[in-house]
Amino acid sequence: MSRYLARRLLFAVPTLLAISLIVFALLDLAPSDPTAQLPLTIPPETRQAIRESLGLGQPFHVRYVKWLQQFMVNEPLNLLESLSGIEIGDSAGRLRVRSWSTRAPVVDLIAQRLPQTLTVVGISYIVAIFIAVPVGVYSAYRQYSVFDQMGTFVTMVGFSVPTFFTGTVLIVIFSVWLDWLPSIYDTTHRVTDVESFLYQLRQMVMPVMVIALFNAAQLGRFTRSAALENLNQDYVRTARAKGLTEPKVLLIHVLRNSLIPVVTVISLGVPATFAGAIITEQIFRINGIGQLLIGAIEGGDIPTVQTVTFIFAVLIVVFNLVADVLYGVLDPRIRYD
Amino acid sequence: MSKLRGLMLTTVVLVVFATAAHAQRGADGELRMLYWQAPSVLNPFLSGGTKDIHAAAFVIEPLARYDDRANMVPALAAEIPTVENGGVAANLKSVTWKLRKGVTWSDGTPFTAADVAFTAAYCMHPDGGCNAAPRFENVAAVEAVDDHTVRISFKVAMPFPYGPFVGSTCPVIQEKQFQGCLGAKAPECTEQNFGPVGTGAFKVKEFRPNDVVRYEMNERYRNPDQPAFASILVKGGGDAVSAARAVLETGEFDYAWNLQVEPEILAAMEKAGKGKVVSAFGTLVERLIVQLSNPDPALGDKRSTYQDGKNPHPFLSDPAVRRALSLAIDRKILVEAGYGQAGRVTCNVLPAPPVYASTANDWCKTQDVAAANKLLDEAGWVRGSDGIRAKNGVRLSILYQTSTNSVRQGTQALIKQMWRQIGVETELKNISASVFFGSDPASPDTYQKFYADIQMYANLFNGTDPQAYMQGWLCKEIPGPDNQWIGNNMPRYCDPEYEKLAAELAKTAGIEKRAAIARRLNDMLMDYGALIPLVHRGEVGAHALSLGGVRINAWDALQWNINEWHRRK
Repeated sequence: MSRYLARRLLFAVPTLLAISLIVFALLDLAPSDPTAQLPLTIPPETRQAIRESLGLGQPFHVRYVKWLQQFMVNEPLNLLESLSGIEIGDSAGRLRVRSWSTRAPVVDLIAQRLPQTLTVVGISYIVAIFIAVPVGVYSAYRQYSVFDQMGTFVTMVGFSVPTFFTGTVLIVIFSVWLDWLPSIYDTTHRVTDVESFLYQLRQMVMPVMVIALFNAAQLGRFTRSAALENLNQDYVRTARAKGLTEPKVLLIHVLRNSLIPVVTVISLGVPATFAGAIITEQIFRINGIGQLLIGAIEGGDIPTVQTVTFIFAVLIVVFNLVADVLYGVLDPRIRYD
Repeated sequence: MSKLRGLMLTTVVLVVFATAAHAQRGADGELRMLYWQAPSVLNPFLSGGTKDIHAAAFVIEPLARYDDRANMVPALAAEIPTVENGGVAANLKSVTWKLRKGVTWSDGTPFTAADVAFTAAYCMHPDGGCNAAPRFENVAAVEAVDDHTVRISFKVAMPFPYGPFVGSTCPVIQEKQFQGCLGAKAPECTEQNFGPVGTGAFKVKEFRPNDVVRYEMNERYRNPDQPAFASILVKGGGDAVSAARAVLETGEFDYAWNLQVEPEILAAMEKAGKGKVVSAFGTLVERLIVQLSNPDPALGDKRSTYQDGKNPHPFLSDPAVRRALSLAIDRKILVEAGYGQAGRVTCNVLPAPPVYASTANDWCKTQDVAAANKLLDEAGWVRGSDGIRAKNGVRLSILYQTSTNSVRQGTQALIKQMWRQIGVETELKNISASVFFGSDPASPDTYQKFYADIQMYANLFNGTDPQAYMQGWLCKEIPGPDNQWIGNNMPRYCDPEYEKLAAELAKTAGIEKRAAIARRLNDMLMDYGALIPLVHRGEVGAHALSLGGVRINAWDALQWNINEWHRRK
């Protein structure tokens, strides 16, 4: 197992390097200009000076190597420093990947955005799992029952209705008509007491449910088909024959085996959680990673786009590995050695 | 009747006194504002985006600003320098600003002339990438004469010397805070750029780039009973429609900025009775640019280049065609469909301030398809079997480009139909704004390259003086390969008469005389048909009915009078 892990990790290095080059080159070649968003009253000479102050005057390979060094060496060193409190080398003079629109280090921006993305999108993912697994298993157990038909209908709707629609409908109902929930997420809100905790819950309900419904639809279908496959297996008949109660058959034997493919799907979906939910974040103004990325794309803020995209790539590579390992843990028949 | 009037007057006086007596710093709690494009940085010299200039205007102030009627009013200056009061030198080569006394920065240190001189050094540094640098063009030196006097001397005579330190795009920053941030170091000063110390009514409490800014009142603000609000929240993100909803329908916010929303949606939301839509008009004009050079792809490198007039456009070089295209457009429909309260019909590229607005081109205000058709008939453009006019094998077939934006695409579609009525065929194209307004010399799709027959966008000028704006149509401003496609003269218009008149403007002082020349320059461009103005665009916002003191301002930042904003009782 450890040899397998080491091999996979080693293989990840060239993969990530190749991804970084592709990401960097693609964004660099795309016709985009960080000064395009500025008012037309700013003359071309000034724009040129601004572009040069952003480091755009240098050739491609110099900028790539610089970015690589800043991202792969300088940023981890900074992280280590802030975690350990020990100064390593010339930390003040170390160059960092800076966003063009805010002029702040991109990694700091990401760190600032991560909490709201993880609370909202992360919790919605967990909610989705808690909805999808029981519903999926029970739908399979009572295949073609009214519950199953309803479940199929709801998941179809959840999957096919886009989040920008459900989000807006929820806002119109619960914020405009009923005036129960805030339509705008307050990212500076701190939970200090019961009242502020309740406010946090109120502002999270709508975005969490919008994303959860969408994810639950997909996961629920997966669970249902996995459970259906297992319900017809010989071991289920054996379990029933030896007199186990139905809950035991379902929850211990069927559920566990059905979860093997579902867990893989769930862990492959985790990077998407970090990526945030671009549309839902926009609707409720959650301003997490998704909004950071889309704003950077619109504003031609290339360093931010490159860094965020590359972090996604890293997460995807890592969670692919995690999924493979988990697969081996859950299913003893699979061996990697 | 007079009794009634007297009674009313007493009531008014009483009310005024009552509110004045109650006016107390920080008594009105929190002001909540929505900027759907969120502020990225609070140093306006490093951004230039309107949202960032607005976000900084709560905190830092210029020497003078414009009020909502385009009048200059002193902010950090004690008075506006003029030739009459001796502030502006008789030879127009220097201006001396007297500063307001007793002003302190929010950290308690006194504001002095040294801060003003430092700000100039900061912005004029060649490596700083300061976007207010054009304000300092022709500035020879900015020196502190004494603690409360600053002299700005110019390399040439400046009939309008109010470029530096006037308006929110060019405020004064604190020397103590920014002294380590000159030149290439400017972008690295994140702490300073995210939390400038200012003299304004508020100071920055918390800033999350592209998300939220929190301000609290500046205890050291110079007017003791201002500001009325104790704190301000500026929330970003989302889109304009939901921002309008949060003010007009749910009432969660007090002000929503820049509501480029279809007019009927705004009107429906306003009916909820929680807020009010407000607008202000500056100098922004949505216009068509007519390509006077030949953009034919067959020309290769010479495509769209001026070449001293030896590369004329096959049909847009005909004045009759240009005039007919303008006559065929019903601008009222364009306003109704795309702008509503945020637009009005205009026939000038220089629509404001009022003294500069010409009335000589008002013929364009009403659509006249018959006259347009007649013009084209007389010029020899004959309709073919497909209804499209042609002459000597040249068809009136236009490629019409603009940036991607739903209102612009709507306008394009309407104009295409209108031109169809006069036998002109139109092909529409839209380009992402970051490419179209980008300046990558390798990209064929920029507005400078203008590889099309007609293009559309909006442009304006800062402040109230149009000199630099009108100089944009000089021959030397024509973009081409020799100047890396840099220049403002997109139509490739070149007229020695225009050059002469523009040079005269640069030498003339006195608002009336300057206005007469500027109007004449505008009329020359309009008569020639180098540009076809469409819509005079305004800024639209919405505020809660309970919010008082808002005077939306197209000449300066919305926050120009933030110290006067209050909650209506």
